[in-house]
Amino acid sequence: MNVTSLKQQWFGNVRGDVLAGIVVALALIPEAIAFSIIAGVDPMVGLYASFCIAVVIAFVGGRPGMISAATGAMALLMITLVADYGLEYLLAATILTGILQIVFGVLKLSRFMKFVPRSVMVGFVNALAILIFTAQIQHFVGETWIMYALVGLTLAIIYLFPLVTKAVPSTLVAIIIVTAIVVIMNVGVRNVGDMGALTQSLPVFALPNIPINLETLMIIFPYSLALAIVGILESLLTANIVDDMTDTESNKNKETRGQGIANIVSGFFGGMAGCAMIGQSVINVKSGGSGRLSALVAGAFLMFLILVLGNIVVQIPMAALAGVMIMVSISTFDWSSIKNLNRIPKSDASVMVVTVATVVITHNLAYGVLAGVVLSMFFFASKMSKVTVYTRYDEENDKRYYRVRGQLFFASVTDLLNSVDSNEKVTEVEIDLTKSHLWDDSAVGALNKIEAKFNRNNVKVTFKGLTADSARLLNNIGGLSNGSGH
Amino acid sequence: MFKHILIATDGSDNANRAIEKAVEMVEPYKEHVSMDLVYCIDGDTSKKDILKYGDAELADIKRRKMFANKLSYLEDQGIKTENVFLHGEPAKTILTQLDSKPYDCVVVGSRGMNEFQTLILGSVSHKLAKYVKIPLLIVK
Repeated sequence: MNVTSLKQQWFGNVRGDVLAGIVVALALIPEAIAFSIIAGVDPMVGLYASFCIAVVIAFVGGRPGMISAATGAMALLMITLVADYGLEYLLAATILTGILQIVFGVLKLSRFMKFVPRSVMVGFVNALAILIFTAQIQHFVGETWIMYALVGLTLAIIYLFPLVTKAVPSTLVAIIIVTAIVVIMNVGVRNVGDMGALTQSLPVFALPNIPINLETLMIIFPYSLALAIVGILESLLTANIVDDMTDTESNKNKETRGQGIANIVSGFFGGMAGCAMIGQSVINVKSGGSGRLSALVAGAFLMFLILVLGNIVVQIPMAALAGVMIMVSISTFDWSSIKNLNRIPKSDASVMVVTVATVVITHNLAYGVLAGVVLSMFFFASKMSKVTVYTRYDEENDKRYYRVRGQLFFASVTDLLNSVDSNEKVTEVEIDLTKSHLWDDSAVGALNKIEAKFNRNNVKVTFKGLTADSARLLNNIGGLSNGSGH
Repeated sequence: MFKHILIATDGSDNANRAIEKAVEMVEPYKEHVSMDLVYCIDGDTSKKDILKYGDAELADIKRRKMFANKLSYLEDQGIKTENVFLHGEPAKTILTQLDSKPYDCVVVGSRGMNEFQTLILGSVSHKLAKYVKIPLLIVK
């Protein structure tokens, strides 16, 4: 990359980037805290992660204007690791996640993203929204009507405040108002301070305090792999959305590597793994941010606010955060997918539903994606394996014609073999493959078998209309003895 | 009368009606008219389309397809036409687009696709009526 474009990416839009960065920082704080609580760690872990990731990605990311920080998708993957083994293992897993992502980036694996079908991506996003929502339910257990009222108030402010002004994020306004009410009226509800410590200090470099051996690796590796995949999936999806919003292009492999570097740094500085955030990136671009500076300002300003206002942050009631998270889940959900559910092909719809169901049952987004991808592969294979055979009998010449339509490969040859009556006593058989294509050994084998069977009864078989590729395959594999005339 | 018309469209039936009305308006001298079909892509549109189509390139192709019919309809009428995609908040980007070329009229459908959004954010046509400095035709 040359110096001018780098300069443009950093300083091409200073005013817009600084303002948008500040707006994003304000919107990031409640989310970073809430995602920490979902993961089961102290709020500082999410805040440090958001600070480290946003700042590092500003320098090493491939998509200027995109915001990365602690996210719900990643937090949801960590729950069992934290519950079973504790924070130190999470930090180690975060570092390993980063290493895996760098490997993915170096191997340019981002192009394999297109093997994840769109219906799986939609299912992924919807499942994420559902999980973020259900993670809030625990905060309501054993609470009085005050909790419901405060959550209701938070949501009302979030959705109605934009009518007044859109300059300040309405989530922040909601949190300030609800916190003020609780503090002034001295309402006894649970707050952030009850969920864990919040220290007003900068993150410091430290190695995770864990035994470095194979056993540790075996514990963290599955988590790290899931985190790495989900992180890249969401980051590249977000990068595409920002590409589209700003009508510019981005370097997906650089972004993948950048996410890795950011996660490694986050892990060493006591933060959890994160990735790009659709919602925050949209807020950033809408607020006028488009350059690398916006992510840097967002991260730095977030840390500044925590250092200065940490003792106020601990007084934020959980009700306000739950309200913000409910809003996040509502806006994350792809509502148009519900509307289109009966309009898209049934196979796509079921892939989407299976992806969502798998995630909701297993609480693991990676499993959902895997299930969705495998199911779509099955659907694809079964769709591809539909072979139609038309047949016609010419009495004058005692000749049987077959016309094959469809792809011939291991999954589809049985259909072909079943539709050809190779015991029929005719003089001649012609098989027209113009509308067909041979893909593998099984296809060649099937044709050989048909020919051999007919030949046994002294029936002459000719194959017609082989495509060039198919003919080549036939020759290479040692194909038909004599009949492959055109 | 009006020769360089900007038509703001969201691909809805309402917007299509606006296009038809605009053509009726310039019927007597339509071979001298140019109409730009302007479509705005904001954050929500991006999110929805990328989830639906996978990447920005395909989303762009699909959007162009969405207007292909209308473009050829206008061309058949002998009207010079162009498909313009703007990125950002609709009313704001349309106002910027108006400064970039010597348009003399803006045509817009009165209602977009989402009534709830209209209720919360106010309609695009309303905002345009407030800020546009040249004649504006809102087609009901």
